[in-house]
Amino acid sequence: MQEWAGVLAGDLGEEDRLNIAVLSGKGGTGKTTIATNLSVVTAANYIDCDVEEPNGFIFLNPAQIISQAVKVDYPVIDRKRCTLCGDCAKICQFNALVKTKKEVILFEKLCHSCHACRIACKHEAITFAKRTIGAIEEGQAGDLICRRGILQIGEPMAVPVIKALLENLPAGINLLDCAAGTSCNVVSSLHYADGAVLVTEPSAFGLHDLKMAVKLVRNFNLPFGVIVNKYNGDDRIQKFCQEENIPVLGTITYQRKAAEVYSAGKVLVELSVYKKEFCKIAEGMRGVFPWNWQ
Amino acid sequence: MELAVISGKGGTGKTTIALALSELAKGAVKADCDVDAPNLYLFYGGKDLKQESFSGEKEAVVAKEFCKECGECQKVCQFDAIKNGLVNALQCEGCGACTLVCPQKAISLKDVKSADVYITETAKGVISRAQMEIGGEGSGKLITLLRSNAREYAGEDTLIIIDGSPGIGCPVISSITGCDAALIVTEPTQSGLEDFKRVTELCRHFGVLTFACINKYDINEKKTKEIEKYCRDNEICLIGKIPYDNVVMQSINELVPVICYEESKANQAIRQMWDQLSAQINF
Repeated sequence: MQEWAGVLAGDLGEEDRLNIAVLSGKGGTGKTTIATNLSVVTAANYIDCDVEEPNGFIFLNPAQIISQAVKVDYPVIDRKRCTLCGDCAKICQFNALVKTKKEVILFEKLCHSCHACRIACKHEAITFAKRTIGAIEEGQAGDLICRRGILQIGEPMAVPVIKALLENLPAGINLLDCAAGTSCNVVSSLHYADGAVLVTEPSAFGLHDLKMAVKLVRNFNLPFGVIVNKYNGDDRIQKFCQEENIPVLGTITYQRKAAEVYSAGKVLVELSVYKKEFCKIAEGMRGVFPWNWQ
Repeated sequence: MELAVISGKGGTGKTTIALALSELAKGAVKADCDVDAPNLYLFYGGKDLKQESFSGEKEAVVAKEFCKECGECQKVCQFDAIKNGLVNALQCEGCGACTLVCPQKAISLKDVKSADVYITETAKGVISRAQMEIGGEGSGKLITLLRSNAREYAGEDTLIIIDGSPGIGCPVISSITGCDAALIVTEPTQSGLEDFKRVTELCRHFGVLTFACINKYDINEKKTKEIEKYCRDNEICLIGKIPYDNVVMQSINELVPVICYEESKANQAIRQMWDQLSAQINF
């Protein structure tokens, strides 16, 4: 733990930004619950990076939402110039271009917008146009800035939406509510993170997937701590954290009442018992990420 | 025949239900396509019949001795993945644009291992699964491989049950395209409903025969009614409603399928659902 000391020390100036990623490995452990409630308790901006299923706005209800399309480049082939040499299809690593006897066909959803085909084309037959794959929305919930990305249904690639979402984040503390898992969506969110909170639940699945998430944040050398959600007296997570020297930032006790409040789309901190638990977690975060909270 | 179990929202009970169904469908082959959080295999010990490493992506490699740090590569890289002849592996998508512009021809692409892929034989049939490298890419291609491996070990009349991942992106699309049917497991919460709508639209987009079940339906009967109405309005066949049951968490922690707990309410509801579902898909 000592290696983190000082990493985030110092006061957060007016222009400064501190991004804390909330992730989990396993789905449904309560990332969004933790991120939205912590936003309320710590007056941090809420950024929903789970662009395939962004749900945080349900709980925070931001108003005055401004929306902006996320667009990606795709190649357009000038058939007059194209000689059907096939160099573009050969260089494309994503099988987005296929040469047939008559033409070069584009599978736009496979395209990564890398421009390799344009560079490979000797006949200057390729230019790029833009198409929409999702949107960024931003609004205010009280003093909080709430921002989210939304991937259009049927689009396979979420990463360009996540990147657009995380460029130019507002000043202050930003909580990045990440997607489940440990693959490219989470990796691209972590590129923008200064620290991480790992949310898990006390079950065999929760522990297994937490271990994967721990490996990932260690790869990024980020300071991090664990929150045990749906705590029911089962201490397997705390035991693992102790063995691995990982700070436990706090626990959220399981109660059927919590599930009901969540299911209705409300924040838990409306209940005084949960407000206490979240304030305690904020306290725990101060120890792990020693910056100046308001 | 392939049946994909998906959910949109995470943690609604995909693995619990996929596992229960694969036990009820005698001789089913399982494919754990939730490659980010592969939990199905935790229930079984078994013998690996086949193991191979899988590369779903490439990465640029710079031959240092030829690099003159001219910066041409950096100019064309759309992913900010190369600087002064150094490649950032986590950013690099392996597109090869830099290899084309390097005047020294110092850059090449190499395959990167993204997972170990296994066929495992257990007391309860074959399971096709993978262990992803942390932060690995190319999960869509990996899932296509897991499904094709499963088909290799399945007879003509065998049911293949795919345990899918949450979301609506590339891994989910790879899990459902070409499937005979998809079963969406949702829960009666506002988030569950929103995600359910998105994933049913995805299934429609790809023309997959879609069934739905509501897990823990009794934690919010009002939301359950909303989901039921959405199913009726959108012609989605609601095939089961499973009550909240503490035995489910017990079964996960004891690593025993929930259908082995005779008295469990969830077990009984899942069995009923399977009777209906197997009739509907002619299994």
